[in-house]
Amino acid sequence: MDLAWFLALKFLKEYRAQSLLTISAVAVGVSVMIFLSALISGLQGSLIRQTLGSQAHITVQPAEEVARPQLEGPGLMRRIEQPEQRFLSIEGWQSTSNRLRRDPGVVEVAAGVSGNASALRGSAERPVIVYGFDPDEFNRVIDVRSRVVAGRHEPSGSEVLIGVELARDLGIGVGDQVRLRTQTASETLVTVAGLFDLGSQQVNQRWAILSLRGAQSLLALPGGANIFFIRVHKIFDAEKIAQRMEAQTGLLVDSWMKTNQQLLVALKSQSSSSYTIQFFVFLAVAMGIASVLVVSVVQRTREIGILRAMGIKRSTIFMLFVMQGAVIGLSGSIVGAFMGSGLASMFARIAKAPDGSPTFPVDLTPNLFLAAAGAATITGMPARRAARLDPVEAIRHA
Amino acid sequence: MPEVEDTSPPLLELRDLRKSYGDKIKTEVLHGINLSFGSGEFTAIIGPSGSGKSTLLNQIGLLDRPTSGSVLVQGKKTEDLSEEELTTLRGRTLGFIFQFHHLISALTVTENVLMPLWLSGLRDREVAEKAAKEALAHVGLEEKAHVRADELSGGQQQRVAIARALIHHPAIILADEPTGNLDSKTADSVFSLMRRFNAELGTTFLIVTHDPRMAERCDRVIRIEDGVVASDSWRPKGG
Repeated sequence: MDLAWFLALKFLKEYRAQSLLTISAVAVGVSVMIFLSALISGLQGSLIRQTLGSQAHITVQPAEEVARPQLEGPGLMRRIEQPEQRFLSIEGWQSTSNRLRRDPGVVEVAAGVSGNASALRGSAERPVIVYGFDPDEFNRVIDVRSRVVAGRHEPSGSEVLIGVELARDLGIGVGDQVRLRTQTASETLVTVAGLFDLGSQQVNQRWAILSLRGAQSLLALPGGANIFFIRVHKIFDAEKIAQRMEAQTGLLVDSWMKTNQQLLVALKSQSSSSYTIQFFVFLAVAMGIASVLVVSVVQRTREIGILRAMGIKRSTIFMLFVMQGAVIGLSGSIVGAFMGSGLASMFARIAKAPDGSPTFPVDLTPNLFLAAAGAATITGMPARRAARLDPVEAIRHA
Repeated sequence: MPEVEDTSPPLLELRDLRKSYGDKIKTEVLHGINLSFGSGEFTAIIGPSGSGKSTLLNQIGLLDRPTSGSVLVQGKKTEDLSEEELTTLRGRTLGFIFQFHHLISALTVTENVLMPLWLSGLRDREVAEKAAKEALAHVGLEEKAHVRADELSGGQQQRVAIARALIHHPAIILADEPTGNLDSKTADSVFSLMRRFNAELGTTFLIVTHDPRMAERCDRVIRIEDGVVASDSWRPKGG
């Protein structure tokens, strides 16, 4: 083994220019792989962050009301009408919320109320969704506090936080008053305490955040809660957790993954196209190494012959070439990793996400070592050829 | 020596050795060779080009397997040995000197000379370096110990090759045209070197050569013609 190492390094050193050139080729290939994967995962990360910036990981609502037929039995003609959906509180919401909070995947549960309403000012009217939550709980699930662009972030009893788009639509600002009216015609006049920008036009246009009390009384749910917003530790576990919760509580539980299926499909196809590119780059790198080793085997034929005559084992010859491949692969990969991550962080500095977070958090995946290991494996082909050389033929080779 | 009463098996023996090449059309190159070599012999194998002497040397050197017949090393048959065992036996018993010296150009002179010792599993650095120094001293190249092999002249390289062939004290050294591409003066000194080691260490030498003058200076001359032993003669001692 150590003999194979010794010879591998000596051989690499003898044709230094050739070795360095190959290592550079590997480095370029690997840096492309690293850069590409950093780019893709960075982009995906920021897309997901953006999506989840204005959305709870999991939303829990009361089960839909269904009409139960009073008569059962065969031969009965019946028609079940879909009843209208009313605002109803989740029964025993405190204990349910506590139970959900105990789920090991959950970071925070914010219990509150929500309902549709209209915001009116003068002749302008806009549909809104009214939310009312305990502010601390809510901010741990959706960080509105840091996204308030004007005014205060905590509405008191007769105040509201609205999105920047809604404020523009209605032509109002901080300190102005706006009327909120629900479908059941209950009404309240509130003062705009602050404006937020959650990075989503829809949310900025439609959300009206009241104090919990204020929302409860507007929606006629005093002391009640009809929605839970939940934050989980691992965002991609959300659907699994949601299903678990639905089975436990019988409530309507939706994860962000379910409501953003299109996004997930897009992310997945993006990932797979990136993997495809990376695979072919990897293939090119490995073939590059293999071709250099094929040449090297030809160059070394006579030397392999004499070594075989002197009693070197086939396995040692094999290892000798695999190690050359591994050295080229690994050193090229390490250099390439530095180049790739350098490139990625340069890009990250240029391209910042709208919220100022870097677009490319460079993540050095185990790709790097995979590339080296793969290269060594693929170089097994020429190595095997070298090991199989017939010493008689090899020595005669001039 | 043929008359010596010795019950121990010869160092190397060929029994009805045949070798043919080709899959569909078989060409037999060696047609049943019977030869035996004792310890300390200094033998020349001569014959015209294409007579089969190189093929014969490859068989003796365990570099190639015969089509039929056997090669016995110290009385042991070799045809049933695995590739691995054959390689080990070759490394232990045989040393090679080739026409085109075949040093490993990436290595220094010392590293080249040490190769057979490393291959036989010696890991003691001190012992190895001492052996290399000694071997290089024998061939008069101590001062070139740390020079890269391809920086030496042809004659020097061939002397290094001899030192390499000798370092692990193999029983037999096979030399294929060892002076083939050297000028006559250098060839002479290389030949003398081999004779000296034969006398001092008792190493058996088998030398394939074209050079009749060199053959004359060997103790035994085997002439191969058309794949058979045409003549096998001993030069009278001291003549």
